Amino acid sequence: MVDWFNRARKGTPSAEKRDIPDGVWTKCQSCNEILTVMSLDKNFWVCPKCEFHFRIPAVSYISLLIDPDTFEEFDADLVSMDPLEFKDLKKYPERIASARKKTGRNDAVICGMGKIEGIEISFCVMDFEFIGGSMGSVVGEKVARAIERSISKGVPLVIVSCSGGARMMEGILSLMQMAKTSTLLAMLNKLKIPFISILTNPTTAGVMASYASLGDVIIAEPKALLGFAGPRVIAQTIGGELPPGFQSSEFFREHGFLDKIVSRPQLKKTTTQLLQYMWHQNINQT
Amino acid sequence: MDDKYYLEFEKPIVELDRKIREMKELAPGDVGWLRDEIAELEERRDKLQSDVYSGLTRWQRVQLARHPLRPYTLDYIPIIFTDFIELHGDRLFADDKALVGGFARLDGDPVMVVGQQKGRDVKQRQYRNFGMCHPEGYRKALRLFKLAEKYELPIIIFVDTPGAYPGIGAEERGQAEAIARNIREMSVLEVPILIAIIGEGASGGALGIGIGDTILMMENSWYSVISPEGCAAILWKEVEDPKQAEANRIQAADALKVTAEDLVNLNIIDGVIPEPLGGAHRDPARAAEYLKKSLLDHLKILMNKDKQTLLLERLRKYRAMGVFMET
Ligand SMILES: [Zn+2]
Repeated sequence: MVDWFNRARKGTPSAEKRDIPDGVWTKCQSCNEILTVMSLDKNFWVCPKCEFHFRIPAVSYISLLIDPDTFEEFDADLVSMDPLEFKDLKKYPERIASARKKTGRNDAVICGMGKIEGIEISFCVMDFEFIGGSMGSVVGEKVARAIERSISKGVPLVIVSCSGGARMMEGILSLMQMAKTSTLLAMLNKLKIPFISILTNPTTAGVMASYASLGDVIIAEPKALLGFAGPRVIAQTIGGELPPGFQSSEFFREHGFLDKIVSRPQLKKTTTQLLQYMWHQNINQT
Repeated sequence: MDDKYYLEFEKPIVELDRKIREMKELAPGDVGWLRDEIAELEERRDKLQSDVYSGLTRWQRVQLARHPLRPYTLDYIPIIFTDFIELHGDRLFADDKALVGGFARLDGDPVMVVGQQKGRDVKQRQYRNFGMCHPEGYRKALRLFKLAEKYELPIIIFVDTPGAYPGIGAEERGQAEAIARNIREMSVLEVPILIAIIGEGASGGALGIGIGDTILMMENSWYSVISPEGCAAILWKEVEDPKQAEANRIQAADALKVTAEDLVNLNIIDGVIPEPLGGAHRDPARAAEYLKKSLLDHLKILMNKDKQTLLLERLRKYRAMGVFMET
């Protein structure tokens, strides 16, 4: 087991165990290659044959990107309420409760402060395992506070997105989190504090149409699903097939909405290099 | 009222209307015969009307917001404003017909007015893409907002969209980026922004031109993170039985809390603009009158604020949105 994953395990044992398949072997979801879990783990859960990026737990991005023992989590105690008293097949509080049990976390984003190659940053990573990484009031508030920490401490912001969009069960309040976060990003932008947006599979809808699209530099893991509308809705609307590769990272870059596609093992290096350019006046040269 | 288009729950009212009209044609002027019958029918119609419209469900309001006769942005503009000069294009790719805007005068004072536009007949509906913007619509709007900021004109926005268009071209040209950028840029525009949801306010498609200082909703408009049928489709998948499908949409509309009244209760909007009994389409001129009055009242308040106050209050407004607990 490589080091970066061990550190992750210390953080949230319950969140992670589930994501490592039982047994020693697993199949690549993309090319069907049979792989050992050990070899995958050593390779940051990237298929050595086809470069398919397996989804890894949100907490793993902390150990992937943040220097050891520098991460301090904030606002972990924020919990969703049920302002709409939303009920479909299940009551919303029940959905929240089972997501909390499943992930060991209170909502769909982890936020905090840490260092990346010695550069202090405000950092967020979204958790797809928590109701599809959906953004309700808690995610919006936590991201808003992370932006405010960037502003008050004068440090760059890095957000790793992974989300199906706004959380339906909080209705209009979820929609307004797009406004809340983007409004604060306008301040960050004016203050010339760098924001790097990292997109992972999938980043769509309300998150893509707010902070995820507002980075000074936007990078994505390969072959992630990126876009505004869901592919099924689009296929339904146009009444036809979607072109191959539609709404992939590669498509996104081709059309000018992505700076770089970066493979997971290179993510920390690239992010650091970008910060070293944009934040050069504030980095100690020693 | 044109009786070719009506909603299911409007049917008895429309039928009484028709009867009254026929009787009036039989007995033109205020001649004696039929007068009492007409008066009685009119009374019955008014009673029925107030019964039906005082107890509207959320789903019925959604239907009123989509009524084929409901006034659209370009119906309101000539009634509310004078000297409208429409401006076209985003200077990047195209002129999105689902979004209109330009200079206009409100009681003589210059403003920038921007709104989503639907079409009335089949051809017009296609021309306006059903009020669904492509990225170029949002970029055209932003261009006009910046123009307004440059020349210190307040911005008045009419939101009326079933959603941002979900299509291949829209994705290729960055629908998400266009909306995100608008949200960010609108939050720091240094002129007053007054928003009125006049019909449908569907999700990011509405929010993409929906950031402002004062947000108003017309009485029979809706505003939500997703449409009731979109929500129903996610929650209950495909339903064969049309009655069950309808029941699901009703339940979804209730669960999502999509009406103006709901959004006042949730502290998201700043006011409700009344509509004539039965909805704006029953009396468009009066609907426009109410809308204009509301715009004038709220704009007056905004115009008296200095730039810094305006921006600070706008930031605080959005910063405060959301309901959560700290354990
Ligand atoms: Zn593979």
